[in-house]
Amino acid sequence: MSLILNPNIDDFDDFYKELIDSQRHMNDADAAQMNCKLVLLLANHVGDRAVIREALERAGGAV
Amino acid sequence: MFKTYTYPKFPYVQSPEQMAGDVKRHKLVIIGAGPIGLTAALDAAAHDLSCVVLDDNDTVSVGSRAVCYAKRSLEVLDRLNIGERMVEKGIGWKLGKVFFKDRLSYQFDLLPEDDNKMPAMINLQQYYLEEYMVEEISRHPQIDLRWKHKVMAIEQKADHAVLTVETPDGSFKMEADWVLACDGANSSVRTMVGAQFTGQFFHDRFLIADVIMKAEYPTERWFWFDPPFHPNQSVLLHRQPDDVWRIDFQLGWDADANEEKKPERIIPRVKAMLGDEREFELEWASVYQFACRRIDNFRYGRVLFAGDAAHQVSPFGARGANTGVQDTDNLLWKLKLVIGGDAPVGLIDSYNEERAFAADDNLLNSTRATDFITPKSASSRLYRDAVLQLAEDKDAEFARKLVNSGRLSKPTPYIHSSLNTPDEDLFAGAMAPGTNCADAPVKVSGQEAWFLNQIGGGFTLLSFGPAPAASVSFGRIAARVLEVGRDIEDLKGVLAERYDAKPGTVYLLRPDQHVSARWRTFDEAKITRALARALAA
Ligand SMILES: Cc1cc2nc3c(=O)[nH]c(=O)nc-3n(C[C@H](O)[C@H](O)[C@H](O)COP(=O)(O)OP(=O)(O)OC[C@H]3O[C@@H](n4cnc5c(N)ncnc54)[C@H](O)[C@@H]3O)c2cc1C
Repeated sequence: MSLILNPNIDDFDDFYKELIDSQRHMNDADAAQMNCKLVLLLANHVGDRAVIREALERAGGAV
Repeated sequence: MFKTYTYPKFPYVQSPEQMAGDVKRHKLVIIGAGPIGLTAALDAAAHDLSCVVLDDNDTVSVGSRAVCYAKRSLEVLDRLNIGERMVEKGIGWKLGKVFFKDRLSYQFDLLPEDDNKMPAMINLQQYYLEEYMVEEISRHPQIDLRWKHKVMAIEQKADHAVLTVETPDGSFKMEADWVLACDGANSSVRTMVGAQFTGQFFHDRFLIADVIMKAEYPTERWFWFDPPFHPNQSVLLHRQPDDVWRIDFQLGWDADANEEKKPERIIPRVKAMLGDEREFELEWASVYQFACRRIDNFRYGRVLFAGDAAHQVSPFGARGANTGVQDTDNLLWKLKLVIGGDAPVGLIDSYNEERAFAADDNLLNSTRATDFITPKSASSRLYRDAVLQLAEDKDAEFARKLVNSGRLSKPTPYIHSSLNTPDEDLFAGAMAPGTNCADAPVKVSGQEAWFLNQIGGGFTLLSFGPAPAASVSFGRIAARVLEVGRDIEDLKGVLAERYDAKPGTVYLLRPDQHVSARWRTFDEAKITRALARALAA
């Protein structure tokens, strides 16, 4: 499997709002902390190291 | 000052060779009587190889220093007759607790594997280990242990080295076919031969305190990330024998070592950690500073390196003394065969190949733990804290896997070693060529015993089922057959299970209890070739 880049979420606008809203009450530090937890939770869900590496690269990370 | 331990003072004796002014040639000279030099000496004696051990001091390790001894080290030391004594005195522990800030993040059980003679881990002060070793050495006339002998210079010749040694009676010279430098992290022998000591340069300082405390604390390992009593750093609490508790406070690189060592600085720290009401006494404290690095080659001509002289790791995961014991386990049988003319010098070079590989694995592990414990940037700290916060969630098992307060020391299998004969038959399980042998309960002459006590010292052919020969040889070196069902009985079937054995399966095992080759049938020609390969012939 490789990283899915085609649209893969049902309702995009709704998803995006949910993402932003989930941090609306937070200051920057708490939001940054939450983002890290989110990355870890989702990475574990994906599981596939090759897919995770591809995402790291796409996001601009050095791998 | 010390309440629970009396330090022995070993006598200095002037050697006959110094007295007579002779330059004597020795087969093996070991420099340093720390745990690694002493293990090497005992292993040499186990191989009936005589040696001289030189140490510039006259006592054992001051302070507890390396306290955790892992299963593989205990197995090696059991081969050298002190493992049982260590386990008897040492404290076994299984439960670890990890705290983040002011709360318990989670706890884990070491879950040691059943059916092993040696436990997963014990805690024992380094001075006990050294004391037991010195005592055991006194039973071996092949070991000439000399206190107050400081090596000042080494001159390399084509087939030997010349040492300049200083004693209270002045200096003298001695020659050695082989020199084993076990002179610790600040090894001067390294400098004498011009070796490089580099790698992942990483710095930190730890305040290490031995505290006597009668209070009933459970026998557990407690690790704190960023606790309120020591913000932004880590703290580790461990129980040792004699009601002595070991506390490691991480200080960071900027701390002033001399200041931190003062009791007036230490006592408030310990008080803050324990809560004021608990009574304790300070037994010993030191500031321990480390770097993660290793020597560029474990062999320089006739000089070999082992232990801290060869590699230095962070203390997370207790790798210091544990890996050093495995160095000498790997080296001594090779030295014996090369000195005896039974194997080419190339066999010694496999020591660098195998142990540099293991050292790199250890460095990698300890660097990873260090990076987790001491994040190097704001963003890596956020990830570290995210892991610790998620770990509190009892459903988030995956996050607990990511918590790294030091992975416990496990031996590194020599999977790529040139001494291995790769499998040509299909095998399942862990016992691939290059791996250290698993233990199992067996019966020998009707008596319950352990498998690892039946092997080691020489080559063994472990045969599951009748073998067509009593041994297989290459040159003067024989691998003797150990037949399951005849010489040993597989008490619970664990041996066959761990070695994925079927009737006819044969393993060629090295003198250091590592697998060198395995087959489904006993083929003498193949075994001879594998034995030759294991001898680098
Ligand atoms: C304060 C402190 C705390 C530590 N805590 C931990 C820990 O928590 N966990 C852990 O795993 N490890 C710890 N270590 C490391 C651990 O003690 C070492 O990994 C272990 O002692 C290595 O053994 P060694 O035999 O290689 O070297 P050492 O024990 O250092 O022994 C070297 C010996 O060589 C002798 N010597 C040196 N130079 C010469 C010379 N020129 N001539 C003759 N003799 C010489 C010395 O006197 C010494 O006896 C600690 C070390 C220190 C200093």
